[in-house]
This record gives sequence, C-alpha cells and structure tokens, in this order.
Amino acid sequence: MKSRLWFALMIIWIAVPLSAVTPDMPRFRWENFTTANGLPDNHVFNVLVDGKRIWAATENGLAVFEDGKWRVFTTADGLAHRAVLSLALDKRTGDVWAGTMGGLSRISAGRIDTFNQLNSGLSNDVVYGVAVQGDYIWTATAAGASRYNTRTGQWSLFNERNTPMYEIWTYGISVGPDKVYYAVWGGGVLEYDIATERWKDYNDPDGENEIVLFRDQGLIHEITTSVSYVDKILWVATYFGDSRYDGRNWHNFLTKDSGLPSNFTNQVKAVDANRAWFSTDKGLAFYDGTNWAVYRPNLKTGAPEMYVRDAEGNITSMATETAPAHNYVLAVDFQGDDIWVATAKGLSHGIRQK
Amino acid sequence: MVLSLDGRWLYVMCEASDEVRVVDTQTKSVARTVAVGHMPRGIALSPEGTQLFVANSWDDTVSVVDTAQLKVVRTLATGFEPNGVMVDRQGKTLYVANRLSNDVSVIDLQSGQETKRLLAGRGASYLALTPDGKLLYCTHAYPKIGAHRTPPESEVTVIDTQRQEVIERKALHNVAGVFHIALSADGKLGVAPQLRPKNLIPLAHVEHGWVFGDSLAVFGDDVGGVVQVPIDELERYFAMPFAAAITPDKRKLYVSSSGSEAITVIDIPKMIGYVKTAHGPIANDLSASANYVVGRIPVGRNPKGLVLSRDGTRLFVANRLDDSIGVIDTANDVVVSSIDLGGRKDMTSLRRGERIFYTARFAFQGQFSCANCHIDATFDGLQWDLEPDGFGVDIVDNRSIEDLSGTEPFKWNGGNPNLATECGPRTEKYFYRSQSYNSGELADLVSYVMALPLRPNRYRLAGGELTPAQERGKAIFERTKYKNGKPIPQAKQCAYCHSGPKYTNQKLSDVGSGKPTDRSPLVDVPQLTDVAYSAPYLHDGSAKSMEEIWTIFNPHDTHGVTNDLQKDELNDLIEYLRTL
Repeated sequence: MKSRLWFALMIIWIAVPLSAVTPDMPRFRWENFTTANGLPDNHVFNVLVDGKRIWAATENGLAVFEDGKWRVFTTADGLAHRAVLSLALDKRTGDVWAGTMGGLSRISAGRIDTFNQLNSGLSNDVVYGVAVQGDYIWTATAAGASRYNTRTGQWSLFNERNTPMYEIWTYGISVGPDKVYYAVWGGGVLEYDIATERWKDYNDPDGENEIVLFRDQGLIHEITTSVSYVDKILWVATYFGDSRYDGRNWHNFLTKDSGLPSNFTNQVKAVDANRAWFSTDKGLAFYDGTNWAVYRPNLKTGAPEMYVRDAEGNITSMATETAPAHNYVLAVDFQGDDIWVATAKGLSHGIRQK
Repeated sequence: MVLSLDGRWLYVMCEASDEVRVVDTQTKSVARTVAVGHMPRGIALSPEGTQLFVANSWDDTVSVVDTAQLKVVRTLATGFEPNGVMVDRQGKTLYVANRLSNDVSVIDLQSGQETKRLLAGRGASYLALTPDGKLLYCTHAYPKIGAHRTPPESEVTVIDTQRQEVIERKALHNVAGVFHIALSADGKLGVAPQLRPKNLIPLAHVEHGWVFGDSLAVFGDDVGGVVQVPIDELERYFAMPFAAAITPDKRKLYVSSSGSEAITVIDIPKMIGYVKTAHGPIANDLSASANYVVGRIPVGRNPKGLVLSRDGTRLFVANRLDDSIGVIDTANDVVVSSIDLGGRKDMTSLRRGERIFYTARFAFQGQFSCANCHIDATFDGLQWDLEPDGFGVDIVDNRSIEDLSGTEPFKWNGGNPNLATECGPRTEKYFYRSQSYNSGELADLVSYVMALPLRPNRYRLAGGELTPAQERGKAIFERTKYKNGKPIPQAKQCAYCHSGPKYTNQKLSDVGSGKPTDRSPLVDVPQLTDVAYSAPYLHDGSAKSMEEIWTIFNPHDTHGVTNDLQKDELNDLIEYLRTL
C-alpha cells in the first residue's frame, strides 16, 4: 500500500512538467462601443480612464462616457481640432488634456481652453502625446517637445537645437517621478532627468537597419511609437518590436521569440515592472513577465479569439464569446481590473471575468 | 472686512497703508492696527476665529494673523496677485483667488505648502463658501478673452471643497466684471454683483441706453440656473456694484454701488417672485428694479465691502475713500453711525483725484466712472467703440493706466497730447455726455492717474537678472540684423519704436495692424511696461495673445521682423517682453 502511494506520487511529480498547464491569464467579457451606440466616430485613437468616466479620443471629437451616456465635445465647443490623438488626466485638478491634430485643449469642468502654435508657445499643432508632470504639461508634437507651465503660462520647447533629438517627430510621452521619456518616431527614445534638467538619448545600436545583429543589445528600433515608464522600468513600443529597459539591460520582444501577435506596436502600457499591455495591428497582447495572452477577433474569420502563450512557447486557445472591436489596437487604459481599448473600429471595454 | 465670531471686532483691510485695522464695534473705534503685506485685498477668518488670512495682492502672499496676539505669525506663498481668500470649514485648507494667474491656489495649512492650482476665469478675485462648506464660488474682475468683437463672457467657478476640484462653471453671458458673492444662510440663494458692458456699440449712445448695466448674477435653488437681475432705474444708475449681503432671515439683500455712494436694498421674496414670473430675460429691462428694489441708502464715498452683524440688525459699510465704516440699522435702512478708521485728515490733490476717479456722479445719469473701465485702476479687458463715428469704426482696446508718465500722447491715435486733454474734454464729450470736471477737479484727477504706480512684474527674477530664455529674447528684441546678416531697417527694429524707459518712442507708427474700419492705420506706440498682463493686444485687441501679434497679424514684417524666427525664438522674445 505504502509503495503504491509513493509510486502514484512519483507519476504526478513527473507528469506536471511534461504536460503543459495553461497559465492563468486575465479573462474578459468585451463590450464594444461604436457610432451605433453613441461614439462620435469609430476611429478611436486613445482612451483615458478618469474614475467612473471614460474619455475617448476619436477622429471626430472627444467623447466622455458617464452614467451610461456619451457626451461629445467638438470644435464648436472650443476643441482644438476634431481629430483627437492623445489624452492625459491631471489627477490633482481633474482637468483633462487632449492633444489633437490642431493643437492642445484643456477640458476643465466643461470649459475648453485651446493652445495652438499661433495663439501660444506650443511648438506644433499636431500633438501626438500629452502627459502631466505636476504643474507642467508635456506634449509630443510633430515639431519637437513642448512643456507648458500651468502656473506661469510659460512654454519651453525642446528640439534638435537644445537636446540630442536628431529627429523632431515626437510621438509618445511617459512621466515618472524622476524622469520624462519621449518616443521619437525615427529617433529612438529621449530621457529627461527632472532633477538635473538634462537630456539623454537611447538609440538602436543597429541604426536604421531593419535587422537585429545582437539580441537585447539595445533599443529594438529607431521608429518608436510609445513609451511607458513604471516602477523605474522603461517599456518602448516600435513598429518593429518592443523593448524593456531596467536601467542596465535591454530586453527585446519580437513575434519570433515572444507572444507578441505583431511587431507593429502602437502603444505599450505597463502595469508594473514586469507586466505590460501591447496594442498592435494584429490584436491586443498582455505580458505577465513570463506568459502572453492575446485578445482579438480572429484575423481570418473575425470570430472572438483569445490565446495564451506560455514560457515554452506552447499556445493554448481559450474559449471566449467576445473580443475587442477590432484587431488594430491603438491604446489602452486601466479601470481597476477592467481595461478599455481604443481600436480602429470602436472602443472596447474589457470586463474582467477572473 | 470680516467680523469676529462674537461680533465684537471688525477687521478692516486698508490697502493703501498695508494694514488691517481692528475696529471695536462696541466703542466704534479702532482698537489695534496690524501691519500686513503690500496692497491687501482679501480677508477671511478661520472657523474658530483664531486666525485671519489676508491676501497681499502685490506681494503674492497671504499673511496669517493670530487674532489673539494681533500679529502676523506666518506668510504663505500664492499665485500672481492674490485678491480673494477663504478657508474651508475644517480650517485645514486655504483657497486663494489669484487675479493675474487666473487661478485658485489650494494651500495645505498644516504644511503651508500650495498643493495645487485650480483653473479659474480671467481675473479670479473673490471667493465665497457655501454655509455647509461643500462648495466654494469664485468670481472674476475681467471677462475671458474671447473672439474679437463678441459680447464678453464670464463665469462663476464652482469648486468642490472635498475633492478640491472645479466641478462647474456657471456661464455669465454678456458680463465683464463680477465681484463679491453673497450666499443665503440656507445656501439656496447666491448673488454676485456684476457689470454688463455695452462695448460693442458706440459709447456716444450713453443717452440712449447704457454704457454699463449694473446688475446681479442670481443663482441657486431659489431661482434655478443663473438669472441676471438689473439694479439700475430708467434714468438713474447705481454704478459699479461691488459687494452684497443677505440678511439671516433672507428677507433683504444689500448691494454696495461703489461708484454711486449708495447701498441698494432689495426685497428678496419680491425679487425671486419677479424673476420666476418674468417673461424672458430681464437683464436689460431698466423698469424691472421697481419690482424688488425697496430702498437706496446714501453712504460715504466709494462704498465697497459689506458685512452684516451676526443677528442681521446692523450692516457695516466700508466707505473706502472716506476711511470710515458706515453702520446701517437694517430695521429702518438708515445710517445710524459712522466709525472713523483714522485715515489722514488732510485732503491732498491725489486723494481728491482718487475720489473723482471712482465716482460716477459726473457721468450722464450717474452711469459710470473712470473705475468702470479701469477696474481697481487697471483695465477691464474689453475693446470699446468709443467715438460717434459709426458702429464698429475705430475699435480700441482698453489700456492699462499704470505708470503713465513719459508715455504721452494718449489715445491709440495719439490725439491727446496730455492727460488733461484725455481726461477733460475727451471724457466730457465722448464718455460722460454731461458737464464734466472743473479745472480743479481735472487737475486732481490727472494728479491721481499720473501717480498710479506700476504693479510688480512677476516674470522678472529677483535682482533683475534674466533667465537664459529671456536673455535670448532680449537679443532678438534689440537685434539690428536679420538672421542672414542683412541690416533691419530702423523702423522695423523692435527697440526703435519700443524705446526708452517705458519702451515707447511716443510717436505714431503704422505696423500693419490697421483694419478697414480704422480711420487711420497710424497708432500710438504703446508702452510695454507690464505688457504681460494686458491681453488682448494691438490697438483694437484683435490679437488674443502676444503670440498672435506676430503669428497672425504680422505677415509682412511690418510690426517688427519676426518671420525669420523659429518658434522657440518667438517664445524667447515673448519671455523677454513679459519681464518689461
């Protein structure tokens, strides 16, 4: 009897590593919003969670979802431009900042004040990114970075003349307690040290080559689209893969050696030092530090799809009845355990199931 | 003014002497004087009555006064030109309305640190806390900078004191200056005195309608929404309404008319009833006030602050230019006594001139005073159609009147060689439409205006040095060559026209900003001192910001050479101009 029990335990001990156990990754029920249920446009460039309110940056106005209804701000309300590209919340004041194709707007208790390159010190009207750092509003524009001091009204511009920014098409921003990072489209990553007020650049060691000579040698590519700086870890999205930088070492992610559904990444948004969400042109991906999960309509059939890739590369399809509105994902934001997803054909609310 | 919790002491700000005078309401005399910061303009009492908070508008500070010791025990930093101050019901957070930075500072009283700034309207100046302490209202001395030649717009900014966020902005259409808010004890009625300017039609129509409508923004559950209620009469005006007070039983509302030496008494139930039964807006109906105004109480010169005693039986009126407090018996609505604040008794030309500046008695039907357009001796943020030359012809932006010596001639067309001409025949003919000042009065007025000091510049570093951006801007301002090395013609150099200590050569110039509706493209070269605060810009106020002077209105380098500048260089130039 004793020997049979020991034999049975041995079998279990051997079998566990051999038979892949699907990692427990977040499961969602997806609810999608389009023009059919109140969005002003299905092209949603960005999304921002503001407590119970959800702000959607669309190609045809800024929409806010509150108490089950959408309210839309347009140029008639003072919005800088109908196409809204980026959003940031000043958590201290509750003001929302919106970067548009025609300037920067501040939405404060329903009032919209607009800054553009003609009426203010903003460097350029195309505002791809916006972020709040205390009393400063940082913007990523098509002509460099701008910083607005909300207390004094003063602007500081950063470009090729006063930073290592050799390409001025700034695309994304992430602010931490000590650093501000910029994704420069075609120019890698720029780092601003808040204490020293100095700039430093990070570039692809392979230059503009489309090949990676040495894995994890540095930033994966110069054409960066997004940065996310959380817990002193920098995550970078590019059109040719993604990177994670801990201050000493780079780790790069490509479809060939990770669970990324595509190297073409519009946004990376970190949860913490180890976990991040990737918005790609072939679906939404979550990385928990070891395993990957992908959420999307199936690329061929459009049927809802979720699959998990574990550390060994085993892929398991998960049963799901819903999916984000579209494969082409541009941005996400978090609402507790839920997630909101901006896609090319609608806004999606991922309601966490487990 | 603010009254102590026991009603014994009245704390009175004296902005010209940088003091708070403590008045004993029993003996009706000044008991103590407390020196505070420069130009105090806002005062509030802590919930326990142990501390006074005084906004020093030209120091950008709040003095914290211990009411037992009657001395300043702490000084807190604020935004630009703090004008209003209020402490929350818990005594933990101080709110300060900053007139020049257009925001409200939120200051943690334990640490003394400003934790954040909340966006208010232009010229944020006055704060009022609801009786339950949940909401804070902010009103504004200036209208927002809107589209050119459109009616002015202002707002009442509503702050949630728990979240410490702005949660609402009550729109005030066709309104410029809005002043002290009064709230009823039940919190269901709010009243803010306000100005409704008629700046889009020629001022010559003063005898046909108004230049300003003196009115109230009335809001709250009692009326629903915001209703604008006039206090003027058909042929008599009550200029520059400034403060309001509501009796504890909500029967009466008192409004000080600082330009008319009077307190207006309003029957609140009648006013609410009239508002509710009125067919459409009444803001422009000069006959309306007969339905709810039940009295006008003559008081001293330039009545501003109002405070009711705790039981509502006495109303204290700050007669600013008499240095006195009038005491009104609210049962009979008559002045029963006056408290001398101990100001100078000798009457100087400056003092006489100041009284003339702030009174509306010289204007047709007492409609307005100099101070209507030059609020607190500054400007009003409006553009005016001054002369009887047709609608929309020769529109002019109102200019600051600080530190005018050496900036002659006056008017945007330079037509007045000196201030006596500007304030005398011009005012009489175009503005007041009545017999104006005699020679002595005019001399006094000119003395006063010419002595108005320049307010502190907030963009200049202590010691006068410039930041790197300002230094670069200065070099652009003073440059004599294009970036390609060719010489810039003298008339196109910034520092040629904007020369001398006030940055004006005191001549006329055509900078290409003239409009088809202007009689001449030549404009007086304006001084640039404190130019940072006087938006909008250009002679007609068509440039909403300094940037627009060059990004929109200077396509051919007629207003200085700027088209060879990069955007950051233009920003540098503006950074320098802000220091002037």
